[in-house]
Amino acid sequence: MSAELLNVQIDGTWYQFPKGTRVIEACAQAGKFVPRYCYHPKLSSPGNCRMCLIEMGLPKMGPNRKPELGPDGKPVISWIPRPQISCAQDVAEGMGIKTDSPMTQECRKGVMEFLLINHPLDCPICDQAGECELQEFSVEYGNAGSRFLEEKVKKPKRIELGPRVTLDDERCILCSRCIRFMKEIAQDDVLGFVSRGSHTYLTAYPGRLLDSNYSLNTVDICPVGALTSTDFRFKMRVWFLKETKSICTSCATGCNTIIGSRQDIVYRQTPRENDEVNSCWMCDAGRLNFHYLNAENRLRTPQARQSTGLADTSWPDALARAGESLKAFKGEEIAVIASARMTNEELWMAKRLIDALGTSEFDVVPRTGEADKLLVSADRNPNTHGAQLIGVTGSTPGARLSEIAEKIRSGAVKAVITFGEDLSRAGLSPSDISKLSALIAVDILPNETTQHATVVLPGSGFAEKRGSMVNGKGRLQRLNRAIRPPGQARDDWEIIRDLIQAIGSESNGVYLIEDVFKQIAQAVPDMNGLSLSKIGDQGVSLVAKEAQTA
Amino acid sequence: MASPVRSPHPRENRIVFKNIDGPGWTNDIDCYLRDGGYEELKKALGMKPETIVNEVKVSGLRGRGGAGFPCGVKWGFIRPGGPKPVYLICNADESEPGTFKDRYIIHQDPHQMIEGMVISCFAVNARLAYIYIRGEFPEGAKILERALAEAREHGFLGKNILGSGFDCEIYVHRGAGAYICGEETGLIESLEGKRAYPRIKPPYFPAALGLYMCPTVVNNVETLCNVKHIVRMGGAEYAKIGRPNNTGTRLLCVSGDVQKPGYFELEVGAVTMGELIYDICGGMKPGRKLKAVIPGGSSAKVLRAGDTYKMKVKQPDGSMADGEVKLEDIPLDFDSLAAAGSMAGSGGVIVMDDSRDMVWALNNINEFYAHESCGQCTPCREGSLWMKKITDRMLKGAGVHQDTDTLKGVADNIAGRTICAFGEACAWPTQSFVLKFRDEFLATARNGSQASPQEKNGGSQ
Repeated sequence: MSAELLNVQIDGTWYQFPKGTRVIEACAQAGKFVPRYCYHPKLSSPGNCRMCLIEMGLPKMGPNRKPELGPDGKPVISWIPRPQISCAQDVAEGMGIKTDSPMTQECRKGVMEFLLINHPLDCPICDQAGECELQEFSVEYGNAGSRFLEEKVKKPKRIELGPRVTLDDERCILCSRCIRFMKEIAQDDVLGFVSRGSHTYLTAYPGRLLDSNYSLNTVDICPVGALTSTDFRFKMRVWFLKETKSICTSCATGCNTIIGSRQDIVYRQTPRENDEVNSCWMCDAGRLNFHYLNAENRLRTPQARQSTGLADTSWPDALARAGESLKAFKGEEIAVIASARMTNEELWMAKRLIDALGTSEFDVVPRTGEADKLLVSADRNPNTHGAQLIGVTGSTPGARLSEIAEKIRSGAVKAVITFGEDLSRAGLSPSDISKLSALIAVDILPNETTQHATVVLPGSGFAEKRGSMVNGKGRLQRLNRAIRPPGQARDDWEIIRDLIQAIGSESNGVYLIEDVFKQIAQAVPDMNGLSLSKIGDQGVSLVAKEAQTA
Repeated sequence: MASPVRSPHPRENRIVFKNIDGPGWTNDIDCYLRDGGYEELKKALGMKPETIVNEVKVSGLRGRGGAGFPCGVKWGFIRPGGPKPVYLICNADESEPGTFKDRYIIHQDPHQMIEGMVISCFAVNARLAYIYIRGEFPEGAKILERALAEAREHGFLGKNILGSGFDCEIYVHRGAGAYICGEETGLIESLEGKRAYPRIKPPYFPAALGLYMCPTVVNNVETLCNVKHIVRMGGAEYAKIGRPNNTGTRLLCVSGDVQKPGYFELEVGAVTMGELIYDICGGMKPGRKLKAVIPGGSSAKVLRAGDTYKMKVKQPDGSMADGEVKLEDIPLDFDSLAAAGSMAGSGGVIVMDDSRDMVWALNNINEFYAHESCGQCTPCREGSLWMKKITDRMLKGAGVHQDTDTLKGVADNIAGRTICAFGEACAWPTQSFVLKFRDEFLATARNGSQASPQEKNGGSQ
């Protein structure tokens, strides 16, 4: 059902917008961006910043109670003498809007001046600099000088509002976005204003902290440097950050993200808007779950076991050693412990390895927790769905693990290949693990398994590779490479491809990750016709695709 | 508590204030009933609600809180038979500096107000009403509680009032001491238990989305008292008092440099500013001359003595024609004061003589508004304190020549750009003082030392 279209004049040109469109959004759609501070499309509109004031008019009514028409056949607009906010009103038939009239410009200049008089103006030492809407709009719409000769209002600074958010009340422009986010989205009405007038300041409810798992979203939507991430602040100037579109891999929701990195170090993750997945938000736990990428003890070099223990070696040697040791066993003597944290491409290659080995002893390691009502999924693996579609696990992920563990203990399984999973998480004790004759571990950090491994192959973390995953709701989404893996670590799908070759099987013709995806798209009906590029930045719903083909 | 007895001035026409300071008058219900109290309620309950609304429309009654909006029109916005309950709120948050009329009604004649409220509730079909009384009126709140209990005992309040089948309950809610709670949507927020941040209009017009997002009528104490008298007289008869479009009486509160300040109930427009000051209030203090008048509470624009004001003037034959009048000759009604560039506002007339320093006077007002700005929207929050800081600095002898223009510029950037009328309330004094007394402001700035303002303030830019 398409909504009724309304005729609206913006800066002299007539446009049509569906009924229910906010004036501020209509202006943006017409290419006339209206600056705003308090307005956020996902939150209620308090209309308090007054930055989005525009000139507005409604059709002039003739004596017959019908709009008077001008020579162009369009309604004559009777302009309201007072400026109006554009963030809280919907467009109406025959409405006129001026986003750049002298009155509008004057209003913006006035508001900018007011916002700056008590602002510290310490941009050189403010962490928001570079992504500060106060700076941006000041340049665009403000005055170069100030008439303010008085002392500025003093307010609390460097307040630990919660474990992850630091507040500078002097920088706060009292837009109330954070308050509304906590109340309306996070459902934890913990923030509020106290005191009055120009002395008003933001604080948490007495005795409470801003400790919600969504607290860092307030930092994202804070238009100024009042709320900063305690984890990120002063670590890196934002203009040095390279922004890479990706997804969060901390649970099956797959929140869309932007990875901020510089010189192969990830500094932060922020949510990227996707109304089909995470709106504009993500949880703090997922957002901060990247520091392990920078860990000192990352696996950087392939290792193979010598009589003296694990020793660094070259990739060809490590792969050859792995191939040799695997070839010594029959298919049913080898188990593959894959991970639902692997990308589809890695899972696909793993499946091909499983087929080449001829084993039926394989599964992934499930991770579960409590779901919340907003974004956190009970499935803490990001790609369980993909693992199922590709056939690396069944309808109950991890169902085969106890049987495999039993076979390892009984000696029926003599060799194991692990992909990013520690066998101790799959129900095996160190002594069970040490019974294995061969243990090939592909991973990024050392653990019980890599310590017992015969060959260790260093792989890549989520920000270090491209690939795709299917979230809990069946949405196929892309990861993108933000940084390079450390040392000699390689892309996991390539490692698996080379392993397949090392055991003497064919895996030629797969040179690019696109080639891998092409094979998946041919083999998995849900993904027929798709390619990595077709997934796009917003992902593709495989559920919707199913419905379409059905 | 015995009231200080003071007889009305002969030029007064006391309707609402009929019994204020009356000899032997007490604020209990027996006294009120002896004076024929609650007879109008009985009469009203026998009328159709829409008839009462119509009588109020015909009466031309305009709101006595400050904006002067026609009361009947406001009531007409309430659509009868809607799905949501209707609320009525009596705005007893009398806070505008220079205004002290409602407190006398509350203290001395609470039943008049309650009767007016019940009638008004009946007219707009509100079953629940609140009296929002400012926190600084603790005695008034007690008196109202007692009066409500008395009215309940007598069946003027509660279930099935006087056997009419109409139920109505009234509760007293005390504010916590913020001026902004007098702004009707701020009041509603406060009544809902939140910070008194005024709501944006549109969409939150109280008549549609008021208290708990239900249709709500908010009226001033004096306005609601007038309803009782409109029922008594009939709208047409009431409309004969005062002037066309400026009907009824007004309670004027005169303060400042006059010999006999106080409150007076005068027919709207029947008395000029000069007559109020010189005849009714005993004139200026000895040896002093009139300098300026703020005619409608501290937020109204100041009027300068010696200036002439363009407005429609009554001709000897009774017709109206364009003319010019002196400050002393401005009739005290809504339209004349608006034509003079100010407003009748809340009825607080503040008179200043030639001993007054206008920068000091403006600073006094600025201080109030800077303290009372709720802080919700940018222009008022930042501008009100800025203006106060400028006049403060000027008074300390640290003015600079651009202060006068900056003051005006700041005020111009507030007025018309805020969520509520507080923006105008804090900008109008500055705009008018600087416009009317520009020389005085320039002189005060000039008298400041030659040091840079930063040095004098020890401040930073």
